[in-house]
Amino acid sequence: MAERTRLAVVGAGPAGLAGALAAAARGVRVTLVDAAEQAGGQFFRRPAEAFAARRPPAPHPREHTWERLRDALDRYRAAGTVTHLTEHHVWCVERLPASRGFAVHALCGPAQEEGVTVRADAVLLATGGYERVLPFPGWTLPGVVTAGGAQAVLKGQLVLPGRTVVVAGTGPLLLPVAAGLAEAGARVAALVESAGPRALLRRAPALAGQPGKVAEGVHYAARLLRYGVRPLARHTVVEAHGADRLEAVTVAALDRGGRLAPGTARRVRCDALAVGHGLLPHTDLAETLGCALSGTDVRVDTEQRTDVPGVWAAGETTGVGGADLALAEGHIAGRSIAARLRGTAPDPRAWAVADRARTRLRAFAAALDAVYAPPSDWVDRMTDDTTVCRCEEVGAGRVREAVGALGAGDARSVKLLTRAGMGWCQGRMCGPAVAGLTGCPLTPGRRPFARPVPLGVLAGLPEPRPD
Amino acid sequence: MSPAQPAGSRPAAVFTVTFDGLPIAASPGQTVAAALWTAGVTAWRGTRGGGRPRGVFCGIGVCFDCLVTVNGRPNQRACLVPLRPGDVIRTQEGTGHEDG
Repeated sequence: MAERTRLAVVGAGPAGLAGALAAAARGVRVTLVDAAEQAGGQFFRRPAEAFAARRPPAPHPREHTWERLRDALDRYRAAGTVTHLTEHHVWCVERLPASRGFAVHALCGPAQEEGVTVRADAVLLATGGYERVLPFPGWTLPGVVTAGGAQAVLKGQLVLPGRTVVVAGTGPLLLPVAAGLAEAGARVAALVESAGPRALLRRAPALAGQPGKVAEGVHYAARLLRYGVRPLARHTVVEAHGADRLEAVTVAALDRGGRLAPGTARRVRCDALAVGHGLLPHTDLAETLGCALSGTDVRVDTEQRTDVPGVWAAGETTGVGGADLALAEGHIAGRSIAARLRGTAPDPRAWAVADRARTRLRAFAAALDAVYAPPSDWVDRMTDDTTVCRCEEVGAGRVREAVGALGAGDARSVKLLTRAGMGWCQGRMCGPAVAGLTGCPLTPGRRPFARPVPLGVLAGLPEPRPD
Repeated sequence: MSPAQPAGSRPAAVFTVTFDGLPIAASPGQTVAAALWTAGVTAWRGTRGGGRPRGVFCGIGVCFDCLVTVNGRPNQRACLVPLRPGDVIRTQEGTGHEDG
């Protein structure tokens, strides 16, 4: 068992980095635990170190922010204030009895079969999010990838998912993904966004409150125009075609009500489809700790504290809102932790700037959320043989049968009747679709372990000592 | 129709691994998935039920769709596992185990 640290930060993306740095700056010894080879998370993902790429394909739009974070992390690591554990996949954070703090359990090693435990007095959960993809016929064909996945593999490995790519779905991520793919040499055959310009206009006041973010979107759209890509608003991908791999997609227009407009379908040839419908927070570690959630997000107070003493949360895990919001939340969490570990109450005036940014960015995120809603008839457009659960190969028809004939009223009953959500990914991919077909809101999955754990690692854990 | 490698990425050293017995080029730091994409391969698993082809989906280790057999060990996530010289990658059928 590793040495006890004051603060364990899980996740080295924007929120985790900001939190670790703010705490370290106030003298807290921090252990930063992250699954990736390098700090940065998904937002600041860089090419693999050993890759020897002289520079990323295009400069990161937030290059200066990244350099500032990276340099500060390097300084604190050199000073011994921050220990950065890379390629450590945290599978559980355990609250130890009798106020003995927390045990952060991780897997490492090439096959992720070595168990490592970090003891800490406080924990900051900055576990980020993952992409929501709503199923449609053909979405399991090789060549169909998530929009964020296409971006991650391009950023980290400098490889494209295909030569001719369609980018589709809904959300602010699609523009940068399409721009990145085009600049790396892919032909972007179409950028298909289900939200319409009217929805954007309706939210104009909230969006105008954040002119920098709106400019960012305009900037990506302008970059795309250079490659002849014009976003198709209020359109959707109806189906992906191909025998053993993707060959084309059918794209159709949506009417004002968000339903398919008859007679508008056309086929677009492509060998890759990058598709996404927004992000969902990773909340497994928080749930196992017993933290309260609101909807799918970890609930936090103004100091970013969860309702479990000693556990803070920041970034996408407390509600998806992007890197700048994550930076603000992480910073506030780090300052709060530093004060609370000293046994004092922090002075919120010290983080007034971050607090204002947090308020503004949360309002912006809420406005975006309302704009980028998936097409209203997405549930009906899943045919009975459309795979819903990719792991267990459960079609929409079987879920409908479980709900209709067998009376399942929630995702858990559907899972027991159909095995949807019982596979390797533990329902992360099929959760939204199962909820949609069942007609209930998406609820977190209640996964005691955040990832598969070898039995040998579980067996090797020390017995809890009564003290 | 094979996925392309964009300009500006010049891996320093190149070594060889095999995929289903055929040699493919890889470089330090490259994941199994990236090397297979570069070699034009998009599927390396047959599902347990329908034997349907699968490859990368989420790209960040969440979906487990890209499972593959590396050096005899099944169920490795191709999007996460970095390659080393001489690695033997095989298409994973079903569970990847004999009894599968």
